[in-house]
Amino acid sequence: MSVLKRSSQLLVWLSVVVFLFVSMACNGGSGAGSGSLRLQGAGATFPNPLYQKWLSEYSKQHPELKIEYQSIGSGAGIKQLKEQTIDYGASDAPMTDADIKSAPGEIVHVPTVLGAVVITYNLQGITQPLRFSPEVIADIFLGKIKKWNDPKITADNPGVTLPASDITVVHRAEGSGTSAVFTDYLSKVSAEWKEKVGAGTSPSWPIGMGGKGNEGVTGQVKSTPNTIGYVELAYAVQNKLPVGQVKNASGVFITPSIDTVTAAAAASAANMPDDLRVSITNAAGPDAYPISSYTYVLLYKNQKDAAKGKALVNFLWWGIHDGESFAKDLQYAPLPADIVKRAEAKINSVTANGAALR
Amino acid sequence: MSAVSEKFGAYSTWRRAISPTGNTGDAVFRFLMLLVALLMVGIVLAMVIALASESMPSLRQFGFSFLTSRDWNPVKGEFGALPFLWGTIASSIIALLISVPFSIGIAIFLVEQAPRYIARPVGFLVELLAAIPSVVYGVWGIFVLAPILRNYVEPGLAKWFSWIPLFSGSITGYGLLTGGIILAIMVTPIISAVVRDVLAAVPGSQREAALALGATKWEMIRVVLVNGMPGITGAVILGLGRALGETMAVTMVIGNRPEISFSLFEPSYTIASAIANEFTEATGDLYLSALVELGLILFLVTFVVNGFARLLVWNVTRQTGGVGRAA
Repeated sequence: MSVLKRSSQLLVWLSVVVFLFVSMACNGGSGAGSGSLRLQGAGATFPNPLYQKWLSEYSKQHPELKIEYQSIGSGAGIKQLKEQTIDYGASDAPMTDADIKSAPGEIVHVPTVLGAVVITYNLQGITQPLRFSPEVIADIFLGKIKKWNDPKITADNPGVTLPASDITVVHRAEGSGTSAVFTDYLSKVSAEWKEKVGAGTSPSWPIGMGGKGNEGVTGQVKSTPNTIGYVELAYAVQNKLPVGQVKNASGVFITPSIDTVTAAAAASAANMPDDLRVSITNAAGPDAYPISSYTYVLLYKNQKDAAKGKALVNFLWWGIHDGESFAKDLQYAPLPADIVKRAEAKINSVTANGAALR
Repeated sequence: MSAVSEKFGAYSTWRRAISPTGNTGDAVFRFLMLLVALLMVGIVLAMVIALASESMPSLRQFGFSFLTSRDWNPVKGEFGALPFLWGTIASSIIALLISVPFSIGIAIFLVEQAPRYIARPVGFLVELLAAIPSVVYGVWGIFVLAPILRNYVEPGLAKWFSWIPLFSGSITGYGLLTGGIILAIMVTPIISAVVRDVLAAVPGSQREAALALGATKWEMIRVVLVNGMPGITGAVILGLGRALGETMAVTMVIGNRPEISFSLFEPSYTIASAIANEFTEATGDLYLSALVELGLILFLVTFVVNGFARLLVWNVTRQTGGVGRAA
């Protein structure tokens, strides 16, 4: 009798487990199948706060849509887009030619907003913003300028008494779009940098130590005297970090701000190639902050699923128009008007089975 | 009855094989548990296979030189694991050098000296250290430990011992020493908890015998330590396994620089940190596969270390029947 009881108890437990599994599976199934569209996106961490804002605002107007964005890093976003596990990707740097070639279909780059990389430092007793020439930044990060009172630094900063202490360089430890923009800039302004280090998300830094994330770099800079590092503009503004002025291609020292970043985009709008993949570091305009860059949403030009594709292009269209109004509050520079036009054309070029989606 | 069971001989043999008691419920249960156990083995195997197959491009490209090359330059497509291997092992060894004396001291105090009303809360607090998330250790490292090391400890060491290469180099507060100290704090609760159980398992007769022969308390403790030595070694190696794989806290204070330096003050880099830092932005198949190969190396290192620890602990339990069973 007790044997029977035990085995029937086991049976009850088993059926409970099976029931739970089945009901969970059904839940998952019904969630996806209840008529609502679900778009998955992933990529760059830099525009994540803005994209999350876009998603929440857009979903208020379109409750039938479920659009998601995971900030897993530009590289991982590109990888997932190539593997077609997501509907759209996002990257700070445009995709490389090699990446584009190895993708299973043509990929469209839609610029969404702009960001900038700023120089921050920890020097006690110095209140006015320091000024940096491009070659000085390159030499500091190459390890050639070792002391804060180096004549090359003091030449740009008349009237500022700089300490005779060693410069400690802090850079991003992890692969990052911020590093890519910064090294892209240094490669443009310094032949030596280009040859020795080059540009990339994880370059091999000649000197210095790595902090993890903007917050890691900031933490190390804040807690260590005589350090210099670079972080995103938005992060520096929100945390009220001391920020250096950088001499641009027109020879003017520019304070990084949303306006000077948009100016950099406007100044280089004329050289924008057809695929919109462009680096705008070291832009030529007199107001242009030189270490600026676009951030992009990436999607396939030919969408497999017309309904999903239509929802996606509508969302992006809304983003580069209505969505831009959220950019400034979150310390992103909105696209200049001509670039919005170029981005519109890109969005309009997206098709599904040969038919235009907009 | 016997005729029936002979008739269905094959069936009943099979029944008895999966369930000696001949009970259906037992058979089902036995089968389920077997499945769970095999699943665990399967997961480990699947991980090794996945790591190996994903790291194929890098294995093919670099072969053995991956382990000996000091260059890590993703921009130029050069990948070598040596600086990471060095940083991983060096930081773990520093951690053990600091934490082992502390851990054993804590264990001796808790088992041999402290009255119960002190031993309980102190033991609890030490174990609580293990529950603190590693990112919290990292933040504490950046804002508390690194400034202390930079302002007081490292200048002092440099002043007196700068003729030793270990204590030369630039003083920033971030580097191998800081990473090692953070790790030491993190592995101390693990090692001390196991050592405490090992010491507690040493039979009281050993202590009584030592004391009866006129040993002082210190001499008696030495007898206990010698008795528990294999178990203590096992505990240390378990701590080493933890130190080798720790990622977040170390990443935040070690300086993340893939370079081999013999100075404790210079930045270094560990395998786990490198993977965590670079994986998300790794574009290109070779880069990704080099990172996966780093993971494979770390997996093998920790696997060997843990296997070694298990062997030691097993050896102890077999010989003395209980000392070290907690490990």
